[in-house]
Amino acid sequence: MTHIIEVEGVSKAYGGVIANSNITMGVEAGGITGLIGPNGSGKTTLFNSIVGYHPIDSGSIRFDGREISRNSVQDIARMGLIRTFQQTRIYGKMNCVQNMLISLPHRKMSFLDSFSRNSSEDYEKADRLLEFVGLYEKRFLTGGSLSFGQQKLLEFAMALMNEPTALLLDEPTAGINPTLINGLIDRLKRANHEFGITLFVIEHNMRVIMNLASKIYCLAHGELLAEGRPDEIQKDQRVIDAYLGVH
Amino acid sequence: MKTKRLVFYAALLAFTVLAPYLLPDFKTQLATLWLMIIVAITWDMTGGQMGYNSLGNIFFYGTGMYVAAVVTIAIPFDVGDYTNAFSDRIYEFTDTQYFVGTLVGTLAAGVFCALSALVIGYITFGLRGPYFAIGTLGVAIAAGELVSNWEWVGGGQGISLPVFPYDLELGKQFFYFLFAGTGVAAFAFAKWLYSTRFGAAINAIRDDEEKAEAMGIHTMRYKLTAWSLSAFFVGIAGGISAFQLIHFEPLETAYQTINLGIFMVVCVLLGGKGTLWGPVVGAIVFHLFKEVTWNYFLGWQWVALGTLIVVTVVYFRDGIMGWLMHTRPEWFGIRIESKQGEAPS
Repeated sequence: MTHIIEVEGVSKAYGGVIANSNITMGVEAGGITGLIGPNGSGKTTLFNSIVGYHPIDSGSIRFDGREISRNSVQDIARMGLIRTFQQTRIYGKMNCVQNMLISLPHRKMSFLDSFSRNSSEDYEKADRLLEFVGLYEKRFLTGGSLSFGQQKLLEFAMALMNEPTALLLDEPTAGINPTLINGLIDRLKRANHEFGITLFVIEHNMRVIMNLASKIYCLAHGELLAEGRPDEIQKDQRVIDAYLGVH
Repeated sequence: MKTKRLVFYAALLAFTVLAPYLLPDFKTQLATLWLMIIVAITWDMTGGQMGYNSLGNIFFYGTGMYVAAVVTIAIPFDVGDYTNAFSDRIYEFTDTQYFVGTLVGTLAAGVFCALSALVIGYITFGLRGPYFAIGTLGVAIAAGELVSNWEWVGGGQGISLPVFPYDLELGKQFFYFLFAGTGVAAFAFAKWLYSTRFGAAINAIRDDEEKAEAMGIHTMRYKLTAWSLSAFFVGIAGGISAFQLIHFEPLETAYQTINLGIFMVVCVLLGGKGTLWGPVVGAIVFHLFKEVTWNYFLGWQWVALGTLIVVTVVYFRDGIMGWLMHTRPEWFGIRIESKQGEAPS
């Protein structure tokens, strides 16, 4: 079992607030790993540290064996580590197809390639992935006119368009209609299985994460509280206490 | 649809070629109109399409003038002697020197401006939103002040260039076609550029630069390239202006931040930011408006211009083309197909 993302002793403080303290964890290559924890436990901070949004105070983060804790967001994205946002970020004024086409992996293009038009394969790929997330009928609507849930699906499709090695998803089911969540779990599993993308998922919905992940890490107050298989985490008294507010 | 469009473009091109013969009294006016179109199209490349509102594009216009002039003079003469000569010395250009100077000087202006955009961009593209606008404005103002104290290029006196060697009317035509050719080239180039992945990438930077970075788009590289390409055309336009105006000085003509530097932004806002035709339509409407007010309401022209800017910014934010796109999306081939009441499954 090899870890594609290795986090070792990472600490990050915002002024006096310690958001992450000495966290060590690993994301298994080709698997689905979950990250849970109560609000304010430092999950998104850890994500931001991994993808290079801010420098970390101490520790080391490696992706595919390479140290990335000093790299910029763009460098890390171009290595094939892509993230989605908790508050979705899509290009609101463009329609879904344009949103998809912009998400083509620029790391695989030369500078001159960027001066060519999108090929018919690019369009087919965009259509196929929009179909995959269930937005094909809406493909000519602008991103901004979609509902929040649909925007999340579009952002997920855009991330897939980028052909990442690993994908960090920040609360993929938040704001999605409960009846559609099963469909989304299925799609995340298929993305992992069929496209071979490693997933690292922050999730608040316990039913979702227990169904999805093979390994789960739980944070509380910026510290790593527990790790293990879903059934172990579910039974872990410390995790239950953290969620019920004993801490 | 396709033939219709072809006929439309052919008709426009024909009008462009015939305009100085159909309207012989307005040759210089039309040349100035083309200058406005060039600076508006190129401003929109970064301002409208990429979301970086530069107030310093006039820097490339002024620098283009100086580079073209210096190159033209430097081919046959010593620049320092030429610019600081009094009536005791007379410099004569042969026809060949004039035309070679025009060609080489103008191209050199374009290339120099494209390169300087890379350097200035590398420094200023760290600034976002209004800070970028003010930062670039600062560059243009500083450049004007610096050049006006640089005796080698004539200081505050500016530079005088030779007059067009043939008939005056022919000269007017010559400059009309230089501007029109550059304008058509800039338009065709922009039309092509916006259809490529590059165009999509700079649109992504405009809509959400952080997202674009998170998706691995080479944002800095695209920003620099876009500005450099736009500076190339502005530099050429500046170079042509230098020969057309014959004499120019740094603060009011070359680095004219409050005139052309602002006019180009107003043209784009009026016509519609981030659209292909917006800058063209805006430049035409603005130029007509400006010439009418300058001729018939002299004394009130700045008031009228200010009113136009306020009305555009407050009530007409999308500009003429933006408004048309909202009301007549089918003219632009914008499709909205969605089956009613269908939820994503």
